[in-house]
Amino acid sequence: MAHAHSVKRHTGLMDWLTTVDHKKIGILYLIAGALFFGIGGIEALMIRWQLIKPMNDFVSAQTFNELITMHGTTMIFLGVMPLIFALMNAVVPLQIGARDVAFPFLNSLGFWTFLFGGILLNISWMMGGAPDAGWTAYTPLSTTAYSGTHGVDFYTVGLQIAGLGTLIGGINFLATVITMRAPGMTFMRMPMFTWTAFITSAIILFAFPAITVGLVLLSFDRILGANFFEVSNGGNPVLWQHIFWIFGHPEVYILILPAFGVISDVIPTFARKRLFGYSSMVFATILIAFLGFMVWAHHMFTTGMGPVANALFSISTMLIAVPTGIKIFNWLFTLWGGQIRFTSANLYASGFIPTFVMGGVTGVMLASAPADYQFHDTYFVVAHFHYVIVGGLVLGLFSGLHYWWPKMFGRVLDEKLGKIGFWFFIIGFHLTFFVQHFLGLMGMQRRIFTYLPGQGFDTLNLVSTVGALMMGVGVLVFLLNVVVTTRRPADAPNDPWEDGRTLEWSIPSPPPEYNFKQTPLVRGLDAYWKEKMAGHTEMTPAEPVGPIHMPSASILPFVMSVGIFVAGLGFMYHQYLVVGLGLIVTFVCMAIRSLYDDHGWHIDPEETTEKGVKA
Amino acid sequence: MKRLLPLFAGLVLLLSACGREDLSALRPQGPVAQGQFDLMKLSIAIMIVVLLIVFGIAAYVWVRFRRRPGQTDIPEQVEGNFKLEVLWTVIPLVLVLILGVATVQKVFSYGENYWNDKNAVKVKVTSHQFWWEFNYPDYGVTTAQDLVIPTGKKIAFQLKTADVLHSFWVPSLAGKTDTNPEGAINNAWFTADKEGVYLGKCAELCGQSHGLMEFKVKAVSQASFDSWVKAMKEPVAMPEDKATAEVFKNQCLTCHAIGSEGGPSAPNLTGIGGRESVASILINGTDGTAKENLKTWLEDPQAVKPGNKMPNPKKDLKLTDEQIDAIADYLANSKLKTQ
Amino acid sequence: MSAPHAEQVTSALPHEPEKATLEGRNKVLAFWLFLGGESVLFGTLFATFLALREQIADGPSADELFKLPTVAAATFILLVSSLTSVFAIQAMHKGNRKSLSLWLIVTVILGLGFLGLEIYEFAEYVNHEKFGMTTSAFSSAFYTLVGFHGAHVLFGVVWISLLIGQLAKKGLTVVTAPKIYVSAMYWHFIDVVWVFIFTVVYLLGKVG
Repeated sequence: MAHAHSVKRHTGLMDWLTTVDHKKIGILYLIAGALFFGIGGIEALMIRWQLIKPMNDFVSAQTFNELITMHGTTMIFLGVMPLIFALMNAVVPLQIGARDVAFPFLNSLGFWTFLFGGILLNISWMMGGAPDAGWTAYTPLSTTAYSGTHGVDFYTVGLQIAGLGTLIGGINFLATVITMRAPGMTFMRMPMFTWTAFITSAIILFAFPAITVGLVLLSFDRILGANFFEVSNGGNPVLWQHIFWIFGHPEVYILILPAFGVISDVIPTFARKRLFGYSSMVFATILIAFLGFMVWAHHMFTTGMGPVANALFSISTMLIAVPTGIKIFNWLFTLWGGQIRFTSANLYASGFIPTFVMGGVTGVMLASAPADYQFHDTYFVVAHFHYVIVGGLVLGLFSGLHYWWPKMFGRVLDEKLGKIGFWFFIIGFHLTFFVQHFLGLMGMQRRIFTYLPGQGFDTLNLVSTVGALMMGVGVLVFLLNVVVTTRRPADAPNDPWEDGRTLEWSIPSPPPEYNFKQTPLVRGLDAYWKEKMAGHTEMTPAEPVGPIHMPSASILPFVMSVGIFVAGLGFMYHQYLVVGLGLIVTFVCMAIRSLYDDHGWHIDPEETTEKGVKA
Repeated sequence: MKRLLPLFAGLVLLLSACGREDLSALRPQGPVAQGQFDLMKLSIAIMIVVLLIVFGIAAYVWVRFRRRPGQTDIPEQVEGNFKLEVLWTVIPLVLVLILGVATVQKVFSYGENYWNDKNAVKVKVTSHQFWWEFNYPDYGVTTAQDLVIPTGKKIAFQLKTADVLHSFWVPSLAGKTDTNPEGAINNAWFTADKEGVYLGKCAELCGQSHGLMEFKVKAVSQASFDSWVKAMKEPVAMPEDKATAEVFKNQCLTCHAIGSEGGPSAPNLTGIGGRESVASILINGTDGTAKENLKTWLEDPQAVKPGNKMPNPKKDLKLTDEQIDAIADYLANSKLKTQ
Repeated sequence: MSAPHAEQVTSALPHEPEKATLEGRNKVLAFWLFLGGESVLFGTLFATFLALREQIADGPSADELFKLPTVAAATFILLVSSLTSVFAIQAMHKGNRKSLSLWLIVTVILGLGFLGLEIYEFAEYVNHEKFGMTTSAFSSAFYTLVGFHGAHVLFGVVWISLLIGQLAKKGLTVVTAPKIYVSAMYWHFIDVVWVFIFTVVYLLGKVG
């Protein structure tokens, strides 16, 4: 090579702070997401403990409102979304036969901004109180007149920063899927997980800017004294609801589509059968994403939008059931005639199908506006969205984690512990949330810190709390599994499930830094399966062995995120000098990135002939 | 389908047994809640069919197509099946349309505005952190916490809030309607068929005591309603003891009103001794509890309803125990003169 | 995806240097995506403004406030700057670095002129019309929408200035060309946004 650059390679902590390798960033997302998931889970258990009996005083009303706000916000923005990004980072480039994402530097920047946004939001607990206006932060409750602490400021600024990271990640994955596919990997040959990652990224791109604006408006009202939601000066609180849900509903599909993708990859592998109706799956995914932008006002049926709007949004919402139904039946008919192996990953996927369908049917019930006048803001809704998000997404995530764990870490998770964890989690889940449907119908509103005895709520709430504890045990068993497995040797083969169908199973577990020694040639859907059926043991290469270009590691994304963090903190406390300082740090980093060209470095062919350079 | 009918019947029975008659959305006590319950039953029925089909197929494939030990052959790789795929696109579409038609019909019927209907009883509802104000513009009567209505009549509501968003919900009579600030006032209506006391709740997170922001709907005969209105307009006696009357006027009536006296910014106290509860959650039972409840409230309002706006009578208003006792006694005995 | 990496392009600059490398093409694509997100951002701001534009509380109304001559001048300046950035890209495609730098400098100067007018306008409103961020819902929506656009112009001016410097130091290469190209895309985008602001905020404020 004419100018092979010598590159300083970092080790230890510095390696993790500067890495631009999508596999390592995936692990970072996994760790950070798991941390916040744990915090959100503890908050959930505290909520359930408070509600275990009527007129309980385990926490105060104020603390309870902070708990529900932080539980919702943390789980959605800082728990499950990063876990989705963890899987996307770990898997998507491998599935399309790429050596990295389109923008490794941005990938790192997206992670660090997300992380610092999440940290900012969570330090509110130690800085005068967490946000207390619900994760929806409806105005005027979330304005300074009714929420006097800095809590909601932490919410607006923290989410703004974390959201920036998500948006960067979304754009990156869109570009990656569009331009980085291996030769022969046409759109209609992409694995379903990649498809859903792609569509989810598109939804992120078009939904997140709306909440960006919403959060700007709310923080301007709170910090600069603007009047967007201040009725006495002409503001309009209902405007917030529209902006929030124009983002908020697509967000639901941002969350659930990747779970659909995981299930669509796991089921064919363990049924040893190709996905039934692949094209209709792709079509259904796109349709769901599209319809997802047309239904936001079904969260506002009781706001008083009038019968015409309510009727229209009812119908558009119900229509989403159709593409979702297509998916369910396609999964069932993938299993039909297959040879199903119930590994932990497939157990979670199997648990997903009935559980998610239950969440789906209550969704259709909620779509019927006049009935929703009864359901709205009760535990029926709480049950519904937990069936969708936990019973759908979280089961999907656990399925995906068990499935791709060997690819990420080179070790197969312990199957026995995996199954024990599964049964605790799913039984606990149904105990917790099934009874909540009835609580809601019997008149229990959501977000109440306690309830009077004698209303018929007592037993069901106790059952619900017991279920929540079981879910907690399930998660602990998973953690134990991770610890136990990590102490074992990393000896997972390329294709530990033996029936892997997609490209990631054709390379070592974990893959070398450069993923593919030679970019593979893709000859059909389920590229690796196709080669195996043709009697090959590995992919046909699309290029000769040659030097591999790699992007340089960089500390700049980390520093930029620190800068944004500092600026955000300063803004909340009206310290504009601090804001300026933080922004200068960020912008100077941007300028440095622009001024000094990153030529990357190369891995020579001799190095790759070994088992692979150390990843 | 025929075989499923008894199942549905059983299910409906089960649902109807759920919860208290005066609280549960599953035990409707008026036409609006009844219609909404009918819609729920229709949607639940459709959804149960869907669930049974999905669960049935799932259970079958899980059992039938498990991999047997040593099985190494490759199953047929089915790409799809056009007919099947059309089938499970069209059937859900039809089911959704059935529900859709029923939905649209009811959306418009419950969206009717009866505010200008001569036969309707009009009530202006104003929600506050954390209590409810009910004003009857036709009768010039204002009350709090207990909404008194005649049975069999359409009650037309205009709803708004004085502070943050709340939501007005009487599960056994009708679904909820949000109370927005001035400028986005909502209308709603319901009817109670039978006499009785129904539980109402705030259904939109509104601050610390959101969960305790309840109210009661008292449905009474037309005659009792008329006499209630009449009694509400009669003058209310002040405390007999001069000193107590002085304290009550200077400390309580700056915010509260009773009869024709006092201010509008806190709950109206007219006839408070005869209400169902104190502060909506201290339930008044047989004689004597009303006074006890009032004392509990006056001792420390924050302990009963955290975050409420009432100053602490002892700490902020410097009332003595004796004064609190006297005021509680007066209020507990301040009842309406209804026949 | 067989496009060469940046350092592999050594021969003379191709006709469209911004798309000569994989990195360059990725950059242009991602920037289109980014502008898609930006459209939603401004769309939401416009929707907010439209919802609140009549809510003037005790403050002045749009009709009382706006002076079209200043705004028209600002519009003209920004439109011309869009044209000059087109000239810059044309020069880039011809491989004419000097002409490219010159047009970029003109673009930056025009951008600064626009910013100057906007700052002057805001200062007038705040100081003489008692029309600040906190005056009314209309004022909040106005300053947020127009201010966001102004901040975008400011960012663009700094960015393009930085690129002019790079161009002088590194020359026109397959590395610098995509940067200049996307900065021009950005500049057109904020120009289009301004056309909407001029229509929706100012003209509608005067007429409607």
